[in-house]
Amino acid sequence: MPRPEVLDWLRKRFFPHMWCPGCGHGIIMHAILRALVDSGKKREETVIASGIGCSSRMPGYIDSCTIHTTHGRSLAFATGIKLANPELTIVDVMGDGDCTAIGGNHFIHACRRNIGITAVVMNNNIYGMTGGQASPTTPPGARATTAPYGAIDPPFDVCKLAQGAGATYVARATIAQPVLCEQYIKNGIANKGFSVIEIISSCHTQFGRKNNRRTPVDNLNYFKNNSVPLSRAQSMSPVDLEGKIVTGEFVKREAPEYTELYRSLVERVGGGK
Amino acid sequence: MSRVEFWQGNVSLAYGAIAAGCRFFGGYPITPSSEIAEVMAEEMPACNGRFIQMEDEIGGIAATIGGAVTGYKSMTATSGPGFSLKQENLGLAYMAEIPIVVVDVMRGGPSTGLPTSIAQQDVMQARWGTHGDHATIAYAPSSVQECYEVAIKAFNMAERFRQPVLIMSDEVLGHMREKVIVPDKETLAIVDRKKPSCSPEEFIPYRPDPEDNLPPMASFGDGYRWHITGLTHNEWGFPTNCPEEIAKKSARLMDKVNAYRDEIVEYETENVEDADVIVVAYGSVARTALSAVRHARDKGLKAGYFRPVTLWPFPDRELEPLAEKAGRLIVPELNFGQMVHEVERAVHGKAAIAQMSLVNGELFQPSEILEKIEEVAG
Ligand SMILES: Cc1ncc(C[n+]2csc(CCOP(=O)(O)OP(=O)(O)O)c2C)c(N)n1
Ligand code: SF4
Ligand SMILES: [Mg+2]
Repeated sequence: MPRPEVLDWLRKRFFPHMWCPGCGHGIIMHAILRALVDSGKKREETVIASGIGCSSRMPGYIDSCTIHTTHGRSLAFATGIKLANPELTIVDVMGDGDCTAIGGNHFIHACRRNIGITAVVMNNNIYGMTGGQASPTTPPGARATTAPYGAIDPPFDVCKLAQGAGATYVARATIAQPVLCEQYIKNGIANKGFSVIEIISSCHTQFGRKNNRRTPVDNLNYFKNNSVPLSRAQSMSPVDLEGKIVTGEFVKREAPEYTELYRSLVERVGGGK
Repeated sequence: MSRVEFWQGNVSLAYGAIAAGCRFFGGYPITPSSEIAEVMAEEMPACNGRFIQMEDEIGGIAATIGGAVTGYKSMTATSGPGFSLKQENLGLAYMAEIPIVVVDVMRGGPSTGLPTSIAQQDVMQARWGTHGDHATIAYAPSSVQECYEVAIKAFNMAERFRQPVLIMSDEVLGHMREKVIVPDKETLAIVDRKKPSCSPEEFIPYRPDPEDNLPPMASFGDGYRWHITGLTHNEWGFPTNCPEEIAKKSARLMDKVNAYRDEIVEYETENVEDADVIVVAYGSVARTALSAVRHARDKGLKAGYFRPVTLWPFPDRELEPLAEKAGRLIVPELNFGQMVHEVERAVHGKAAIAQMSLVNGELFQPSEILEKIEEVAG
């Protein structure tokens, strides 16, 4: 049962939610809310943004300033909001399709700008909402409604993408590690610049039914049995790492945050007067 | 004190927007609109406003909407290809009732078309470009002075009605230099969005006030908590499948413009009272049309001039009686016939309509329109 101060963040009026019972996304929502509460954030000073997808329905259920935008574009909206009011805390929740397919361009540019937004990528390796089509993170060989013979596309590694594009905090956990999820989101919120927390989520309804992970528990067990912490992964061979989910903090570094750069610009040209 | 400037249309439009209170611009460079972004890049930081060059036009309008929900008067500007890219998020702004101004400096199309040449091929896209029913407000300025003025009007309408407002400029106007009399700030009528007067606990984000059927708008960060979505929603802003709620929301979106149509519609006329033939033209083409009409008058022909300043809503009720009296209309456009259909709809068959189309990247010559007036009048 969530703590009372966490329950305060739920927009009870809007329940019941639309997620399938056992969907991994609920675990992530709980972790985000605990992280926000523990970071001392206020609901009226917190913005939750999202695109379109099952994952992106989350803002509706959170009683703060929430914006459910268009598929893939939430980071561009969030960039405008953060630039307009840098005092706001912004958590941008995205699905794997939302973030890496249609929203890939906005994602890499948000990383590049290092703008103070915390992106939580809810990666269930599938397009859940639209009926189980393949996404850019569907593992090769996995089945999807648009990959009936198994996917042949090489997948994205969200964390490597974020690191390469310039994000200053990058971490990964699975929904089988809710405490770690919460900790990484907290660290992401504490980071001044752009943070990416990839959380491996489950969609037993769409991914599981085609890939022998039919129940929520099958998925949790799969994540438990196939996760490797970064410390251990570093001494493993590529062959041993095949199919494994490496969890941990990949990037933690300092770099100028975008809205601070903008504020210095305003001061430099005398606009602050 | 008013002052005089010698500006390009794009520059004038940008300064008009700033005078209206625009303090947020998100965009992506594209000819022939880029000067608007360039002015904003220079001026926004200097007045503690916000400028951001986004990764594409989709991001440009998204950031602009983000600025608007955070309390800023916000604008984006583009041309054909970028206007196409913006359509999906433009729809979100209609649905979520977010005031923004979107400028399209029209160039030739389809596709990359003619980046440096004038056209008027996007005027139906202005009306119907984003999917789904919605009510459109779109201005078509025809002088550099008017670029300044419609920028202010567009912001006023956007703020008043909580919806996107379009400015359909064109390449010639955008790049042409003319004298602009910049009015004294004190003389400007500026509209700011209606804010909620209730406490955050009582706030129902999409409940319209009974007197004007328009909901007040909170900003992110000002103490209110609310939900924004592009899904069809109820008064709480939450997605709905309830037929009554869907019908109510959809009708209210249309009513914004329908109910206030007379206050929004603008047009200009010259010599229409006794005219035998009226030239109906907008944007840069209206300048050529007016010159042809005056020449025709010099020659003793009873020619008149009618210029819609708002393309949407179209001044149909105003045109109809004039058209009936004259009996003959000429509609020159730099496309294969777009607003001419709106003219046909407006006049209910009470006047003969001669369409003129030019799609070669150039403007009509005044002599071409004059010849048409002579042909139609004679
Ligand atoms: C422009 C556009 N294209 C396609 C869609 C349809 N669509 C809705 S959600 C979605 C994919 C969602 O997948 P993901 O982002 O992984 O989220 P999930 O549902 O798996 O949480 C798609 C393709 C859309 N809404 N908008
Ligand atoms: S379809 Fe999949 S992702 Fe969507 S709610 Fe159901 S389990 Fe979750
Ligand atoms: Mg997904």
